[in-house]
Parts: sequence; structure tokens; C-alpha cells
Amino acid sequence: MNKQEMNKEDLPGLYVHVPFCKTKCPYCDFCSITDTSLVASWLEGVEREVIAWGREGFSTFDTLYIGGGTPSLLGKGEFEQLMGILRNGFSFAPDAEVTVEVNPDDVTPSLLSCYMALGINRLSVGVQSLQEEELRFLQRRHTAARAQRAIELIRSSGFDNFGVDLMYGFQGQTKKSWADSLDRVLSWAPPHLSCYQLTLSEGTPFGRLASEGKLRRCTEEQGRRFFTYTSNFLQDHGFAHYEVSNFAKREGLFSRHNQKYWQRTPYLGIGPAAHSFRYNQRWWNTGSVGDYCRLLREGRLPVAGQERLSPEQERLERLMLGFRTGKGVDIDDIIGRSSGREVLGRLSSSGIVRIEGKRVSPTLYGYLIADRLPLIFLN
Amino acid sequence: MKYIRNFSIIAHIDHGKSTLADRLIQYTNLVDERQFRDQILDTMDIERERGITIKSQTIDLPYMDSEGREFELNLIDTPGHVDFSYEVSRALASCEGVLLLVDASQGVEAQTLANLYAAMEHDLVIIPVINKIDLPVADVERVKLEIDHELGLDPDSAILCSAKEGTGIEDIFGAVIGRIPPPAGDPAKPLSALIFDAHYDPFRGTIVSCRIFDGTVRPGDTIRLMSNGTTYKVEEVGIFHLTREPGKELSAGMVGYVIAGIKTVSDTRIGDTITLDADPAPAPLPGFKEVKPVVFSSIYPIASDDYQSLLEALEKYKLNDASLVYQKDSSAALGQGFRCGFLGLLHLEIVQERLEREFDQSIIMTAPSVQYRFILSTDDVVTVDNPLYYPDPAKIKASEEPFIKAGILVPERYVGAVIKLCMERRGINSHLSYPTPGRVEVTFEMPLAEIIFDFYDKLKSITQGYGSFDYEITGYRESDLARLDILVNGEKVDALSILVHKERARDRAVTICERLKEEIPRQQFKIAIQGAIGGKIIARSTVSAFRKDVTAKCYGGDITRKRKLLEKQKKGKKRMRMVGNVEIPQSAFMAALKTDNE
Repeated sequence: MNKQEMNKEDLPGLYVHVPFCKTKCPYCDFCSITDTSLVASWLEGVEREVIAWGREGFSTFDTLYIGGGTPSLLGKGEFEQLMGILRNGFSFAPDAEVTVEVNPDDVTPSLLSCYMALGINRLSVGVQSLQEEELRFLQRRHTAARAQRAIELIRSSGFDNFGVDLMYGFQGQTKKSWADSLDRVLSWAPPHLSCYQLTLSEGTPFGRLASEGKLRRCTEEQGRRFFTYTSNFLQDHGFAHYEVSNFAKREGLFSRHNQKYWQRTPYLGIGPAAHSFRYNQRWWNTGSVGDYCRLLREGRLPVAGQERLSPEQERLERLMLGFRTGKGVDIDDIIGRSSGREVLGRLSSSGIVRIEGKRVSPTLYGYLIADRLPLIFLN
Repeated sequence: MKYIRNFSIIAHIDHGKSTLADRLIQYTNLVDERQFRDQILDTMDIERERGITIKSQTIDLPYMDSEGREFELNLIDTPGHVDFSYEVSRALASCEGVLLLVDASQGVEAQTLANLYAAMEHDLVIIPVINKIDLPVADVERVKLEIDHELGLDPDSAILCSAKEGTGIEDIFGAVIGRIPPPAGDPAKPLSALIFDAHYDPFRGTIVSCRIFDGTVRPGDTIRLMSNGTTYKVEEVGIFHLTREPGKELSAGMVGYVIAGIKTVSDTRIGDTITLDADPAPAPLPGFKEVKPVVFSSIYPIASDDYQSLLEALEKYKLNDASLVYQKDSSAALGQGFRCGFLGLLHLEIVQERLEREFDQSIIMTAPSVQYRFILSTDDVVTVDNPLYYPDPAKIKASEEPFIKAGILVPERYVGAVIKLCMERRGINSHLSYPTPGRVEVTFEMPLAEIIFDFYDKLKSITQGYGSFDYEITGYRESDLARLDILVNGEKVDALSILVHKERARDRAVTICERLKEEIPRQQFKIAIQGAIGGKIIARSTVSAFRKDVTAKCYGGDITRKRKLLEKQKKGKKRMRMVGNVEIPQSAFMAALKTDNE
């Protein structure tokens, strides 16, 4: 790695949370509301927040990720306004990765040309499934055909870099239907794929149904089969399995922004419920859109909580995040402790991790139990 | 001397001994109301919480009767539990009389009987006291009948009282003065004093509690402990008034303390005789014996680097508890630790709890064991209390284990269940007697090993709390023994090995394997748990591996939530020990101690 790249790596990422959706998906536990009348005051809040953090020393970013919620719900004017606020307050590296999350239902040639004109160079498309029944079960707005159409439009508008989000492990899905969805997505030759196992979170409609026994949870064994199939299948088709749930055609196509989370590069989160990290501090914004707007109007930061990490916590984070990625963790973080080397030897001989130079990275089996790995080394 | 009375209160657990002691103390105005607290003689937290007395306490109660005569009434409070029966017997030997306390609703219980026999052995005057007469369920007439039939005492001599409400206290003082004789003895004879207790004081060393039978002891005297001939120079003598009150001398008939630069309580022996080095008594007082531990278990620090700290804690603990014995022990699974001997299971629990609470130690204890005897083919006899040292079975000619005689008093309707329990625990030679209508005394001969686990808990549960239990060790008997080993992923966890009767081996093995299966958390590989005798596997269970343990998303930069979850899990890990490549939680070692699943 040359010096220039080092510096680029060190630039922080910027996340902007758009907390609006047309309809709420029953499994989603992110901050989002359907009342779009608040868009204007949210935009005002974003502007104030951007200015405030600009004063706190945030200036240049090399990734921007506009997520939600449903950012593609914003009208062209609103989106232009948002980008204007960001570009006024901050500067971006010339080759910055600029991603927007889009719902296939919202994708139109005019929206795409607007994005293109505003410098968006990467799209993340929430396809989730290509089975009509499954899409209805997940209460998605779009159909499989609409998703297909969205991808065609994205391609023809000149967006070469995009990612597709898919979901597995929910009631009604079969290995066959999942394989079919994967097959069809691969026919689009996407540069990037995210395949998430559905998490049934408390406080979501699905979570409630599951706790009432009205919705079946995916068993551990089923989860393992989906996961293994997905990884093997995608790797056979030339994808790198570079994070537990993420795949890309080559290293240049890895999500640079998301990697900042896993590599503990600084990032600033703007918008309700957004999280930030700089030096050894983490802080997060209020999850209430109303409070967010009000606090900023009152000239205050919308920060709801913060913490300063101890060296021990930082090490735990390095292990916990590192074992989620193909890059793995630094061997020194593992064997500094008494029994580390012995444990490492055992894990490597049982095919859970592989050791390459100073890096210890998870194998496919290691990914499967990535949440256990930090604990194994924390004796 | 004729104004001295030395007495003790004996009772079944929960019959109100400490409350009565409280009332007697309050009556004499020794403490003002402000300073008073319940269970005043029980100074340890654990005593107050469990409502039991572990350590003897003595208090000298000044009392003036209606004729204006001033008495010195020495109340020697004794532990109630069978584990401490030798201490109790020495305390009783220091008295001329006892108050035998019987609960007005529960009546005579097994320990009441055992206590009565102990008091009779010492020829003490026995004053029956029926306590808790204020209870709505009190049945004084029935209890009087039991005192007559079961204890063989004159029911009309019983004093009725409610220690809680303070009624009948005056009658008790009257009886102590009127019925208990003053001590005999000659202050001019050579000193002969019985040690019945010893406490450790960080500033003064050992405070020896004793009863002077003959002679006089003063500061400056050189005393000799007759069991081992060691001599000490007396620094201070005195009596107990909640706090120590120094005096000029202690002479025949008195109960008090001696401070003589004795470093630890282990340098004294309860039951030993103190005499003067210059003018010794011709013979020690009768009844001295070395107290021997009957239950053994190993203690290991949870974190192996805490060994030194555990050693220091044990040394400190031992300063005040001579009956705990320990020596270094080491286990392949748990590293450096200590093999400890206890007077019984309650004693073991007390030591465990105090080490954890007062000395802040995190420890793992292995399954308690009794002391077995093996006669080898060479005719050598080895005693083994640690499964680690079980001899090569090929060289064992015969095995023996200690037996007890258990006495259980229960209402008639529970007899069937009690007999079943005792039979399951290898009880033999049962005998039933019917001391009063509706009540049965069941006696059984049983291996001690069968009661040291959870016998008492089981008995309480099958008799809904009505069963009471007492035992004495009777001696060794031949028994068919084997060592049950527990293997985790093929590796023997020596700290989980136990010596068992062969008949019981399979049951125990199955239970332990199932218990461990519940306690050992799943790991990234399958864990096989096996119970084996010799090379033969007799029970097994499996902890399945994690098939998948990873959350799909680490999303939107919220790293905190996930890290906090891990931190919580990490805390749980602190209480685990690695055995081979398997993490075994402390709770697993504990769980393996319990015998039944119910």
C-alpha cells in the first residue's frame, strides 16, 4: 500500500439517513416513517447538522452513502437540495464512492439521470426476492418484473456499479426458490450482491408474530444451509465473499463505505438514528424524526448517546468486526493473550480460520460462527 | 461461686434459640435498646442470613433476684448443627445445666433428641422450655405429651414462654437459678480449665474461651496446653459481656477468656485442658479428641492466576476456623488448588460462602467425598478422600466406606416416603419406633456418602418440611466401590471424578452427563460427555455444535449494540474454565454435585 492509498483509507465516510418510506416493511427495524410531510423540516435539520459537524472538524470524505428508509422516495427537487447541502458543507474526494439505496419501484429513467447528474456513481437496489409470492409475504412494493426492469434501466442509464440486496431464511421460502432468485439475479451480472438472512427483531410486526408463534423462525440448520449454498454458488460464479453477507465481483467493487464500518475507519452519520465514529468515540442520533428536527432548530446537536472506547473495547471491536470480513484480524490482536496461539492453532486446524502472514481470516465455516470467534479469543 | 450458673440453650434448628438468647440479654439490660439488634450473638452475616449459629458465643449475664442476690449467669450459645457436634459437646461439658427448647407448634424433633442425649451424657440439669406459645398453631398439651413420652422428662417442669413476645423470661431466670446447681471446684487446686472455643482477634491473637474447673489463672501466669505441652504467658483474662471485660483472675467455676499470645486458633484444640506450667493438674479433663474432617472437596480458583490470592484467603480464614484443614492439590483440568476437609456439608457450604463473600474469591469446588479405605493385595490399608488417588483397582482386595446411623423423626404419614428414600440411598437395618401417637422415629444405617449430597434437602421435600434428621458416624463397612470418571471430548476431567458404589455408578453417571449437557454451552464443535469406569463407557450425552451463529447485518454503523452483546457474553465467560478445548462453566462443576434431577 503506497502512501497516497493510506491517506485515502483514512478519509472518513459520510452516511445520510433518509427516514421516509412509502410503506413500512414488516421485518424492518430501522428508523423510518411514512409521513412525508416532514421531509422539508428533515432537510432543514440535515443542513443544520452538516454545518455543525463542519465546525467540529469534519470536512472531506471519500464515500457518501445515502440510505434509509427509502432515499429513492425523495423527489428530484428534494434530492437535488440534499446533495446541494452536502456539497456546500463538505467536500468529497474526486473519486469518492457515492451510493444511493433505491427501491426498484421508484427507479425511472428521469430519476436515474438526475442521480447521474448529481454525481451518484453507485446504486444499491433492494430487490430482496424474485418470487412474487415471497415479495408479497415481505410486503414489498415492487414485483419481480419491476425489479428486472429497474436493473435494465440502471444498466442503460450508464450505472456500471450497483449492488443488489437479497434476503433469505423466511417462512415460505425454499431452497429451490432461493436458488431461482439467485440464478435470475446473476443473469443481470451485478457487480455486487448482499444476501442477508432475515432477522426477526423484537418490536417489528414480524418479530411479534414470531414470538406469538404465528411466524416460523428459520432454524439454525436451515440458516446454515442457505448460507453455505449462497456462498458456494456465488464463489463458483466468480464472486468474492468479502463479508458475512456481502459479495462482489472483484476487490474494486467492494462497498468502500460499508468497509469503513468493519475496518473502524471514521465515519459521520447525518440524520435520525445515524451512528458516527471518530477517534475512539462513538455517538448516535435520536431515532425520532420529530426530535431530530426540533433539536437542530433549537441549535442543538441531535445526539442521543455517546461512548468513549477503552483499549479493551477497541480490541473487542477489532475482533468482532474483523472476523466478519475476508480481511480478518491482525494476528497480534489474537495472540497477545495467554492461550491465544494455542486456540488459534486449533481453530486453524479445524478449518475455522486461515492464517496468512499477519492476518487471520475466517473460512466459510468461520463466517458461519463469526459471532462466536471474538469470544473464543477472549480468555 | 454459689452465685454462678453456667448454662446453655439447646434446640432443634428454628425453635427459637437465638431469639431466647436475645431476650435473656435484653432482660439484664446489658445492652441498651439502641444498640440492640436481633440475633445479637450471631455476629457473622451468614449466621444472621441463614438464621443459624455457627460459632459459639459466650455471655456473662448479671442478674439480681427478688432477694437482691447478684448472680453471674454464663450463657454459652452453641451451634445447632450436627457438623459442629463436638464443639457443642465441649460447650455442654462447661455447663451444669441446659434449657432444652421445644417449639410449641412443631414439638420434639430429631435434634431435640440428639441434644437431650448429649446433655444427659454430661449429667446436666435439663429444663424443658416450650417456646413460641404465642403462635396460633401452638399445641402446648401435645408438646408436653411429647416431652413426657419422647424425652422422658417431667412435662410439668416445662416452662412456657414466647421469646418473641418476651413472656416467661422471668420464670426461665428463676429456673436457671433455682434448678441448676452452682459449679463445684476448688480455686486453690492446680489449674484445670476446659477450652470450649477459640476466636481470632487480629490485634490480640487467639481469644480462648474456657471453663475453669479447678484452680485460678491470672495475667502473668505461664499456662500449658496439656494435649501438646506448649506453654504461653497469660496477657489478659476476663469475662464476656458482649465485649470482653478484663479482670484480675478467673477461678474455679467461672467461664471466661484467656489471651496468651497464641497466634492462631489452630494452635489450640477445642476440648484441651489448660493448666499452669509451674503447678500442673495431675490429669487433663476427660473427653478430649482431635476433631477430624469427614467430608472432603477440592477448591480451585476460577482463574488460575488467582491461586495465590486463594491461598492467602484460606490462610486468613483458617485463623478463625481450626476445623478446616487443607493442603495443596492439583488437577490436570483445574490446575493448582487445595484439598480441604470439612466437619460436614454445612461446614463446607459455610467455608465456600465465606470465601466468596468475605474474601472475594471466585472458586470452583469439586464433588464432596467421604474418606474411603482400601485394603490392597499387599495388605496395606490406604485411606483415600480424593478420587485422584484411587488406587489401581487390580490391586484392591477390599474397599470400605464410612457408615452412619441416621435418626429421622416424622409424622406417620411420611414413613413410606422416608423409607423409600433411605433404601434408595443404600440404607439398611431399618428400625421403627412410635414414641408418641402419630409420630415415628425411623433409624437406618447408611453410607455417609449417601447423605453428603442432598439427602437433607430431599428429606425436607418429601416430608413437606416435617421430617427432622440427625446422624452419628458408626464406623467403616465393606463396600463395592469404583471410580467414575467423566470425559469431555475424550479428555478426562479429573475434577469431576467421584468414588461411587458400583450399584449406583450408572445412575450417577447418567445424571452427571445430563447435568453437564445442560450446563456446558454449545461451542463451535460437538462436545461428547461420557461417564466411564475404568475404560468402560457407562453413560454419554452430547452437546451439539453451533451450526450457525452470526447476525446477518452489522448495519448502518451501529457497532455499539453488537459490542455490548458480546461484552455481556464475555462476562459470562469469566466464570468458565477451559478443559482441553472445551469451556466448562463453574456452574457445571456445581451442578455435577447434585444427585437428582427432580
